[in-house]
Amino acid sequence: MSEQETTGHEWDGIRELNTPLPRWWLWTFYLTVLWGIGYCIAYPAIPLVTGNTAGLLGYSSRGELEQTMARVADERREIIERIASSDLATIRGDEELAQFAIAGGAAAFRVHCSQCHGSGAVGSAGYPNLNDDDWIWGGSLEEIHQTISAGVRDEANDDTRFSEMPAFGTDGILEAADIRDVTAHLLALGGREPVTGDAGLGGEIYAEQCAVCHGEGGEGMRDLGAPALADAIWLYGSDPDSIMAQVRQPSHGVMPAWGARLGDTVVKQLTLYVHSLGGGE
Amino acid sequence: MTQAGEPELHDVSAVEHHRKGPLYAPRTRIHPKRVRGAFRRLKWWIMAVTLAIYYVTPWLRWDRGPHVSDQAVLIDLANRRFFFFFIEIWPHEFYYVAGLLIMAGIGLFLVTSTVGRAWCGYACPQTVWVDLFLVIERYFEGDRNARVRLDAAPWSANKLRRRGAKHAVWLLIAVATGGAWIFYFADAPRLAVDLVRGEAPGIAYATIAVLTATTYVLGGLLREQVCIYMCPWPRIQGAMLDENSLTVSYNDWRGEPRGRHLRRSQEDDGPRGDCVDCNACVAVCPMGIDIRDGQQFECITCALCIDACNGVMERIGRPGGLISYATLSDYNANMALACGPDGEIDPGRTRAPDGGLADGVRRFSWRIVLRPRTLGYAGVWCAIGIVMLGLLATRDRLELHVVHDRNPLFVRLTDGSIRNGYTIKVLNMQTEPREVTLTIEGLPGARLRLAGATGEPSPSLTFSAAPDALKTAKVYVHLPRADLPGSHAGFHFLAEAHDDGEVAAREAVFESPGRDSG
Repeated sequence: MSEQETTGHEWDGIRELNTPLPRWWLWTFYLTVLWGIGYCIAYPAIPLVTGNTAGLLGYSSRGELEQTMARVADERREIIERIASSDLATIRGDEELAQFAIAGGAAAFRVHCSQCHGSGAVGSAGYPNLNDDDWIWGGSLEEIHQTISAGVRDEANDDTRFSEMPAFGTDGILEAADIRDVTAHLLALGGREPVTGDAGLGGEIYAEQCAVCHGEGGEGMRDLGAPALADAIWLYGSDPDSIMAQVRQPSHGVMPAWGARLGDTVVKQLTLYVHSLGGGE
Repeated sequence: MTQAGEPELHDVSAVEHHRKGPLYAPRTRIHPKRVRGAFRRLKWWIMAVTLAIYYVTPWLRWDRGPHVSDQAVLIDLANRRFFFFFIEIWPHEFYYVAGLLIMAGIGLFLVTSTVGRAWCGYACPQTVWVDLFLVIERYFEGDRNARVRLDAAPWSANKLRRRGAKHAVWLLIAVATGGAWIFYFADAPRLAVDLVRGEAPGIAYATIAVLTATTYVLGGLLREQVCIYMCPWPRIQGAMLDENSLTVSYNDWRGEPRGRHLRRSQEDDGPRGDCVDCNACVAVCPMGIDIRDGQQFECITCALCIDACNGVMERIGRPGGLISYATLSDYNANMALACGPDGEIDPGRTRAPDGGLADGVRRFSWRIVLRPRTLGYAGVWCAIGIVMLGLLATRDRLELHVVHDRNPLFVRLTDGSIRNGYTIKVLNMQTEPREVTLTIEGLPGARLRLAGATGEPSPSLTFSAAPDALKTAKVYVHLPRADLPGSHAGFHFLAEAHDDGEVAAREAVFESPGRDSG
C-alpha cells in the first residue's frame, strides 16, 4: 500500500490513495446525465415565468387524474346501470349491488346529508337520528326512498311528506294548565314520573285532542307523520320543558326533495345506505 | 519586517498536488485459470446444492388439504400469505420473517468471525453464477491462455462462433434464472403452462426480463466488478473480522524470499523461501489480485489460490499450505518465529531438518473456533431460534379483532335500550372451514344481532368461517335500559371454533349515556 500513489489529499496524516475507478463507472454516470436531460425534454420540467415547459410526451398529472377518473367511471358504468334498472329489494338482495350502493350512498350522504343529520347520521335536536329504529315516515326501503326523493314539507314538491300539528298553546286550544297535564300524561306513557301536572286529567285531554293522530297508546301514525310518543326517542328533546314547548307551539322540520337534484340512482344508493345503518325495516 | 529583496517564506503546500496517475482506468479483463483441488471440489458441491435448491424448491409439493395451495414454498403476494412447508404465515405474523432476518444477520456475524468471508467465497449468488458462467466460457473458449489469445486475436469466423455460442448459452442460463424466480410467487405447474402459452400475467414476463438482464450483465459481463465496486458486503464483513478469524493468507514467513529457480538459488545465494514465484495463485484468482500482497478487500476468500499453490507445492516436494486459511494471530506467531534478529525472514527457522515444517510452527486448531465471541453469536442465534420455534408451536390459529363504531358511539332505540356497533374480524388461520360461535362475556343482559338480520337479538351468533380466510361481520350489541352500566363498560368478545374448541378473546368497550339519562 505504501508505494501506491496518492491523490495528494491529506488530513491528519491520513492520505487518500488514488485507486483509479473503472471507466465504465464514469460512462454510467454520463449515461444517467443524458437520461436526465432526455427526461427534462420528454416531461414537464423547467419552470418558466408563467408556467413550465410542457415536455414532448404531453404528460401532466392533472391529465393523468382525468384519465383515471374516466377509467373509474367507465368501470362503474355497468353496475350503476344495473342499480338504475333494479328495484330496491333486488339491489338489497344482490350482495355486489348492495355493497356498491351502500358505499356510494355513504359518499353521497357525506356530501349532501351530513350538514343536518351529522357525519355519523346521528342527527341532533330537530334532525332525526337515522341509526335508530324510530321512523316518523316509515323505515322500509320504499318509505325511506319516498322520504329522500320527495323531501319533508318541501313546498316546491307536490309529493312531499307533509304534516302539521296544531299549535295547542299559541292558537288557544289548550290552557297552560292543560298542557302541563298532557305533558304529565306523556311522561307517564314513557314510564316516567309525571312531575308537571295531573296525568289523569292529561290522559283525558290526550284522548280528545291528540289520540286521533298519535294513537291512543301513543304509538304514533306513520301515514300522517305523527311520531310515536310512548317510546324513548324525542326529536325535540325528552325533558318536560321541551315536551311542553312542542305541545304549545310545535317545530316542524323541513327536508328538501333530493330526487330531482341527485337523480334516482343516487337516491337509491342513499336509501340503501340509510337502511343499512341499523334501523332499516 | 523582511528586508527588501528577501522573499517571504510560507509554511503551506498546495491542496491539489500534481496527480501522477489517472482517476479512471479502463477495466482489465480477468481470465481465471482452471484449478483442481479440495476447495474447488467443495465449491462444485456447494454450487450444485445451491443451484438445485434454487431451481427445484418451487416444484416441491406439500399437502395442505383441498382449500389452499399445495406448493411447499410459496410467497402468495396477491393473497398476502407465505407458505413454507408446514408453516403458513399471515401478514400480521410477519415478525417471524423479521426474526429469520435477524438470525440471518447474526449467522453472518458468526460465520464471518470464524471463517471470514465464506459467504462471499462460496454461497453468494454472484459467486455461484459467475462460476457457472466461467464453466460455459471455458467450454467454448478454452482455458486461460486460450482465452487471452482469443481476446487479443482479430475478429474471425472462429472467434465470432465461439463468442456467439458463449453469449447464447449465458443468455439461456439467465432466462432460466429469471424463469425460476417467478415460480416462488405462484402455483408453479400452472404458471409454467400459462407462461408457455403466453397467458401468464405481464409482471411474470417483466420479472423474467429484468432478472435475465441482471443475471447476464452481473454474472457474465461485470463479474468481479460487482464485488469490488457495487457490493457493500466486503466493507461490512471486513469490519467483522478479528485476529482469530480465518482468512486466506499467504504465509510469507515460509515463502519469502521467493525465487523462480529454487534449487539453483538455494545453492547460489543462501536461503530461499518456498514460493517459487510461479504466479499460479494469481492466474486462478477470479478477483484478479495477488494474495501475496497481503489481505485485500477484493479477496472473496474463494480459496482457489490455496488449491493452485498446494498443487505446485506437491510437485516440488514441499508441504502444502504456503497459502492457507490462517488466523492473524497464528500468522503473527509464525512470522515472529521466522524472523531473525535483523528482522529479515529466514525460512530456515521454520523448517524441520527433514524438510517439513518445524514443530514450533502454529497450525490451525479447531479450538480457535470456540471462543467467547463466536459462542456468544451462536448463543444469541440459538436463543432467537428457540424463542421463534416456541412461538410457532403455540401460536393461535383463530383470532378475533374488534373495532368499535366511532360515529355514532351508541344509538338509543325506541324501547330505551342502547345499541353499540362493532366490526368483527374472525381470522380462521386453519386450512379447513370452521364454524365459529361469537358470545359476550362480562356484560350481563347483552344480546347480539348481525347487521341486516331480522329478528330479535340473541345471546350468541354463529358464523361459518372460510378456510385460511378473514371473515368480517358487522354486529350490534343491545343492552336493555335496566342493565345499562355507567357510561363506559369493558367486556370481552369470545369466538369459539366448533371443531377443536379453540377460543379467541378480544377486549371491547360498551358506550352508553348511562342508566339515568333521557
